[in-house]
Amino acid sequence: MGAPANTNANAPADYLLHLADNALVLGQRNAEWCGHGPILEEDLAMANNSLDLIGQARMLYQHAASLINADDEAGERFKHLQGARVDGQVTDDTLAYFRDTAEFRCHTLLELPHHGPLVGYANSERDYSVTLTRNFLYSALMALVWQRLQTSADPQLAGIAAKSLKETRYHLSHSSDWLVRLGDGTEESHQRAQAALDHLLPYCEAFWLPGHAAEEAALANGTGVCVSELRDDWNAIVNETLSEATLQRNDTQPHVGYVAQGHLGVHSEHLGFLLAEMQSLARAHPQGVW
Amino acid sequence: MTALATPTSFSAIEAALAHLSDPEIPVVSLKELGILRGVREGSDGVAEVVITPTYSGCPAMGQIEDDVVAALKAIDAKARVVTQLTPAWTTDWMSEIAREKLRAYGIAPPQCGSVSEAGHGTVKFSRHAVRAETVPCPQCSSLNTTEVSSFGSTACKAQYRCLDCMEPFDYFKPY
Repeated sequence: MGAPANTNANAPADYLLHLADNALVLGQRNAEWCGHGPILEEDLAMANNSLDLIGQARMLYQHAASLINADDEAGERFKHLQGARVDGQVTDDTLAYFRDTAEFRCHTLLELPHHGPLVGYANSERDYSVTLTRNFLYSALMALVWQRLQTSADPQLAGIAAKSLKETRYHLSHSSDWLVRLGDGTEESHQRAQAALDHLLPYCEAFWLPGHAAEEAALANGTGVCVSELRDDWNAIVNETLSEATLQRNDTQPHVGYVAQGHLGVHSEHLGFLLAEMQSLARAHPQGVW
Repeated sequence: MTALATPTSFSAIEAALAHLSDPEIPVVSLKELGILRGVREGSDGVAEVVITPTYSGCPAMGQIEDDVVAALKAIDAKARVVTQLTPAWTTDWMSEIAREKLRAYGIAPPQCGSVSEAGHGTVKFSRHAVRAETVPCPQCSSLNTTEVSSFGSTACKAQYRCLDCMEPFDYFKPY
């Protein structure tokens, strides 16, 4: 790891929003366990996990908002958010609560509900193995991403990365720990963890999809990290834990079929419901405070 | 610096903030925890009180900022609060005195530096390898303790239990 860059470049706002949306949407999703955790300790763990993620999202949104407010062209693009506040400023809150589904740039993986694939109007209980498997797959990626972003040419982003890395390592350790217990546990827990893995792994293919314009712009000015170059490292982390968990990787390589594109704005049907729940209060009471 | 630009001296400001503590850990001061980084002169000559957040989502930060603002107001200081992310807060900044205070309060202080945690490219988990650090019980000092959960009552703590005196306790995680 090199010394922190002492340049003063700014990461593109869209890149910051991609990172922020990832953190916010998973934070909101995981917060659904608050008060419903399988055991008290896990209820607390998931609330802490959400707190970290939403805190990371907030810092990223604040940075993005200051860049948007200082740039006329970007300001024009986010003009529709100005009505949310009397002073017309874009803020962390307006970016989180007043953008619509298609404007979010989070990975589809992070917006999926806490259960396996369902058909039609089928209903299901939340399955904690889906939660843990997703946290594992995502934090394995982010531990690598934040580590590299510590030397981003954008000092503010580098600062956020240094904090987020510490938290992400705890998330990775927590989810790996449980994945091994579930995978190498009872027949029931193994079967559920395997089903969660089979369901979620194909969505990870989106991490490596080329043509991510925001990331390319961030790479061009030295503020971003090339995620597709992290693939081998990610595979190594994932495979090591899965082998200890006695779980099988059933994703075929190279991947065949559709690749989820939430980070490009094409989302599953689940994000809209998540945002509706999260945003309705702020939209009903704009500028409301505690 | 002129008396006009900074009506209240830095040392007076520091003295006014010295008694402030973390709302969730009232036994250690913000200074001892490393949250209060210092007082400096801003580019416009106004004094700036620099604070740094602990965990990204720590809900105490809002309260801490309010407490600092109230303490500044109490002495009529012309100063503002600045939140600074870099360098990132770490438990390594915690003084030995602060660690002793935590222990006396019933919270086990961090047992290893954040660097040793961050030294790994990634965290390697194995159910056979227990965490590197042994956490002594703050009640009876026994080393025979076990982690109940890596997340606890606040973002910065884990839950432990002493297997000798059987008391549960909080552990301030290395960060």
